[in-house]
Amino acid sequence: MEKFSIYAPRLVNPEENIAPGHRACIGCGEVLAVRYVLKAMGPNVIAANATGCMEIISSCLPTTSWKIPWIHVLFENASAVISGVEAARKALTRKGKVPPGRVYCLAMGGDGATSDIGLQSLSGALERGHDFTYVCFDNEAYMNTGVQRSSSTPYGASTTTAPPGKVSIGQWSQKKNMAAIAAAHNIPYVATACSSYPFDLMAKVKKAAEVKGPAYVHVLSVCPTGWRHATDTTIQMGRLAVESGVFPLYEVENGKYKLTFDFPKLRPVKPYLKLQGRFRHLKDEEIDKIQKQVDKEWLKLKSLVAMGGGEKKVVPVPAAIESKGKGVKGPGSKIKRKNPTTPRLRRTGPKKVSRRGKK
Amino acid sequence: MSHRTGLEVSHAAAEAVKLAHVEVVAAYPITPNTHVPERIAEMVANGELDAEFIPVESEHSAMSACVGSSATGARTFTATSGQGLELMHEVMTVASSMRLPIVLSLANRALSSPLSVWGDHSDVMAIRDCGWIQVFAENGQQTFDLLLWAFRVGEDPRVSFPVIVNFDGFHVTHVIEPVFIADQEEVDRYLPPFKPNAVLDPRRPVTMGAYGPPFIYSETKKAQDFALHKSKEVMLQGFAEFEKIFGRKYNFVETYKAEGAKTLLLVIGSFAETAMDLVDKLREKGEAVGLVRLRLWRPFPEEELRQAVRGAETLIVLDRAMSFGTLAPVVSEVRAALYPEEKRPQIVSFVGGLGGRDIRLEEFEYMVKRGSELTQKGGQKELYETIGIR
Repeated sequence: MEKFSIYAPRLVNPEENIAPGHRACIGCGEVLAVRYVLKAMGPNVIAANATGCMEIISSCLPTTSWKIPWIHVLFENASAVISGVEAARKALTRKGKVPPGRVYCLAMGGDGATSDIGLQSLSGALERGHDFTYVCFDNEAYMNTGVQRSSSTPYGASTTTAPPGKVSIGQWSQKKNMAAIAAAHNIPYVATACSSYPFDLMAKVKKAAEVKGPAYVHVLSVCPTGWRHATDTTIQMGRLAVESGVFPLYEVENGKYKLTFDFPKLRPVKPYLKLQGRFRHLKDEEIDKIQKQVDKEWLKLKSLVAMGGGEKKVVPVPAAIESKGKGVKGPGSKIKRKNPTTPRLRRTGPKKVSRRGKK
Repeated sequence: MSHRTGLEVSHAAAEAVKLAHVEVVAAYPITPNTHVPERIAEMVANGELDAEFIPVESEHSAMSACVGSSATGARTFTATSGQGLELMHEVMTVASSMRLPIVLSLANRALSSPLSVWGDHSDVMAIRDCGWIQVFAENGQQTFDLLLWAFRVGEDPRVSFPVIVNFDGFHVTHVIEPVFIADQEEVDRYLPPFKPNAVLDPRRPVTMGAYGPPFIYSETKKAQDFALHKSKEVMLQGFAEFEKIFGRKYNFVETYKAEGAKTLLLVIGSFAETAMDLVDKLREKGEAVGLVRLRLWRPFPEEELRQAVRGAETLIVLDRAMSFGTLAPVVSEVRAALYPEEKRPQIVSFVGGLGGRDIRLEEFEYMVKRGSELTQKGGQKELYETIGIR
């Protein structure tokens, strides 16, 4: 698997199981992740989708974007629905009513559907040991209903139900660690992934699908609409989140933690935060606080990895996109845009758009 | 041939589930329905029933798992009561709108607060508009029979709706009764294998549970209501076939000694059996009193009800639930159904039997007396009268 990144592009399933023409926002990191997940899973799959962006953009009656058997029931019950699907397949296979062989069961939901309203049903399904893969597409707030906070929203972010104000920083609580909660169920496989690392994401989903029993993959799904950054910086934003340690990529296989990428030195969080409108209001001292928290969590993760004796792949931070740390201008301004003729959406820049400026 | 045996009604319900070759059962414990899933779990554990039993973590997940299972093409069953049904509520409307023929045995229970594990009809009345076919059983035999009927009718491709079989918590569920348990061969003759219209299968991918914008939502709802009304024909066929194989006769509205009755009692659920005793007693005395039992609650059998009460002077309706702020559920449906009639009986409404309180023969006798009295006076002035209240 060492050379996976070299050979993977040729091995990627060319089938597209979510058709183009869906209604996702420009620059959506979530639908990109869905596309990779479906590529990894192949056609032999039944999916249950929680209510949320992915259901709304793909299934406007009488049209559909899904080329696989797909069911949407409600917001909080994708895990319970897939439990029923899995049990039915088991019974029908045993009775010879469907051809023998394994059909992967996939449940999908956003961070609200996973870490808030659907946590109970997910926990139940993981505990009962159904043979399924749960993929959480975490865009760190209720984006579908208009950017309200969830328990997966990071500290300091501005959302419509946790707005920063004279006496509030915005999101006052720390992001819920869903991967750790899933791992606490002692299931065979847990991983974190991001659509900015497509081959890693697909490899992890494949692993999750192959595992007998429940598996959980937590995917950071960059959301230009809710995070308020330029729509052509989605991939970069995911990479910054990973390289700064804000969203580390790792696996927990049979209880053993393994870092996917280790970095000799993490990027500072500041450039990552400064590129996003949702963190625009943060002062340096608050950014320092976030930096300390990220460092602490990173060390905690490293100690878990050390305990498991897991291997790690040390990846140096690419020099070309390393932050020079010049004031509020993050690395985004340093990256050469592939197509400079594309007009850049200005609504997300760190300056201007001063709602507060009105007097 | 069927054999007659004495057993707890909850266990008789489990027997029906077993004979129906149910493939997936997802259930969560709640009194007084608990003995049904317990017995099924035992059957699965013993290998008596080749099914998957999912011991879910809530009723919401029970119904959700049932939706997933039924959509995948398995014959699916669940059981619950009271608060459990309320927690399922959100998923119930999805199950019916997605036309998934799940069968639910509902051990009727009161709703909190104050907490009451005992029986009344508050639970089913609170979800009466959820789009399920809903029938009431009065005793163990009817519970057993109607469960078999529910699978046959619900799964018929012309119907494709989920079905609730109501039986009263404790008054029926926990009673040991003689029940004719059908033979496997008879049940197999009555109940063909489940062949759904569309299922989740990678061989033929379908999208289920899409969202409907304003330009299409109304059409989907109209189609659903049309199909529910239309399913009455198949329900009658289901009853006719049942009679042919098992010899027991059912109908949407059943009457007892109602011919020529001036006063009619209308009761749903197990209290109808007490009312039958009263009718016997009063008929012996020569009083023209009869009974109407509402078997089918949804779709509501308007025409059948009109026919059943034609000619009566007084119709006394007993509800075991309240609809706070207005008429009780059954009487309001009855009044609406009889409104177009040129000559309709005086309708007298009683509410009683809440939270497991019994209604005895004397109280039924009082209702009949009071009903005729109010008719003489030109009708009931208050919305309803409460029975057996201190």
